[in-house]
Amino acid sequence: MIDQAFIVSVLTMGGLGLAFAACLAIASVKFRVEEDPIVEAVLEALPGTNCGACGFAGCHSLAVKMACKEVAVNACPVAGQEGADMIAKALGVEAVEALRDVAVVLCRGGDAESVKSASYRGDMTCASAVITGGEKDCSYSCLGYGDCVKVCCFDSMGMNANGMPEVFFDKCVGCGACVRACPRDIIEMHPEDKTLFVYCRNKDKGAAAKKVCKVSCIGCMLCKKDCEVPGGIKIENFLAVIDYELCPQDDVAIKRCPTKCILNGENVKMTSASFAAQNTLNK
Amino acid sequence: MDSMIQIMLIFISAAVVNNFVLAYFLGICPFLGVSKKTDTALNMGFATTFVMVLTAAISWLINNLILLKYNLPFLQNVTYIITIASLVQLVELFVRKSSPSLYRSLGIFLPLIVTNCAILGLALFSALREYTFVQSLFFGLGAGVGFTLALVIMAGIREELEFADVPESLKGAPITLLVAGMLALAFMGFAGLISA
Repeated sequence: MIDQAFIVSVLTMGGLGLAFAACLAIASVKFRVEEDPIVEAVLEALPGTNCGACGFAGCHSLAVKMACKEVAVNACPVAGQEGADMIAKALGVEAVEALRDVAVVLCRGGDAESVKSASYRGDMTCASAVITGGEKDCSYSCLGYGDCVKVCCFDSMGMNANGMPEVFFDKCVGCGACVRACPRDIIEMHPEDKTLFVYCRNKDKGAAAKKVCKVSCIGCMLCKKDCEVPGGIKIENFLAVIDYELCPQDDVAIKRCPTKCILNGENVKMTSASFAAQNTLNK
Repeated sequence: MDSMIQIMLIFISAAVVNNFVLAYFLGICPFLGVSKKTDTALNMGFATTFVMVLTAAISWLINNLILLKYNLPFLQNVTYIITIASLVQLVELFVRKSSPSLYRSLGIFLPLIVTNCAILGLALFSALREYTFVQSLFFGLGAGVGFTLALVIMAGIREELEFADVPESLKGAPITLLVAGMLALAFMGFAGLISA
């Protein structure tokens, strides 16, 4: 014998559920919003991961903007050239070459280069280590616990034997997850045709910067003097800053750098294949 | 006449004295989430008020016509939750159809009205206090007006805060929480104006 309260409860809940479902069914027909077929076609070409790399709230809001031609068809860094072509076809416009953004780790002070005078015992994440300052003396450097590698869902980053994260130029889709994960703001997104970078974030005076790391920028001004375009490289807070609007992406400015912290083409070299080769060599 | 005064008291009590956000601390999530711009806050307040009044009406009907009649008060929580969920769905469909721009500006916070504890709180309070149908309608309206009031005041302060010289370590969430706390303190001035 089943308890009567049980039957009544089930019937009540079931009845109410059905009644509400019926109301919603009627409402969904009555308040139906016709989706623009162009938006749907664009949405089809987008990855649909809602990663936010384009700067919009999600793939749908980007698709709406693309459909009314407010943003370029290559605005999605993840869809790449193939996606841009498909969207261009759906919108009936000329295809544009997609230039993706690639993450660059602007610090080269790994275990071998940096000075460590503390030991860190705690949660092995950069987000925790940054509170106490980590092991390295440089307070601007990479902490080396690989938060950026952990958040990368495209397998396009890895930690090398020197305890530094590396971005694989061939695999990075430019979603910017690593940029947000880094508590020290060392990782930046740059268009893939940019190759000249200052791989240091230390804003201390030259002597102090040199003391904590072998490859820090000491603000010596040599790259500024050597740069072919005046103002192409500036020194701000004892740190060289490249003006990408002006500076030519070549080897002239980097030749006399005493600590070799300004480099050209370094970001293009590291691919997933070369990283794997290096890692097996070290093992 | 007495019942009119009773209804007015319930309305004012829910809106100001026992404000859901600032006295009961219910619905803090949208209070902090949608209080960046005054007009969005106002619209969010209207949407929530609409849901609250409808919830008050329907939950009263369910409670008195079904649950109490068949001796099922233990089903209150569950039934109220499905009521609220369906109502919010309805509001979402309606807003999407009637005002796409509002739909966009409210964003995720519109479907999140479902999880606004102020609304479930409202339904449970009015069942607990054994209000009549009209009383619970005005209770819902008062709660909605109070919620809108809190949201709009907060949004107004936060808009001004944009220009204020806030100390570095207090920027963003900390100063917002401080302001919310002070606002709640200010509303405590109404305490004791109406009992219950």
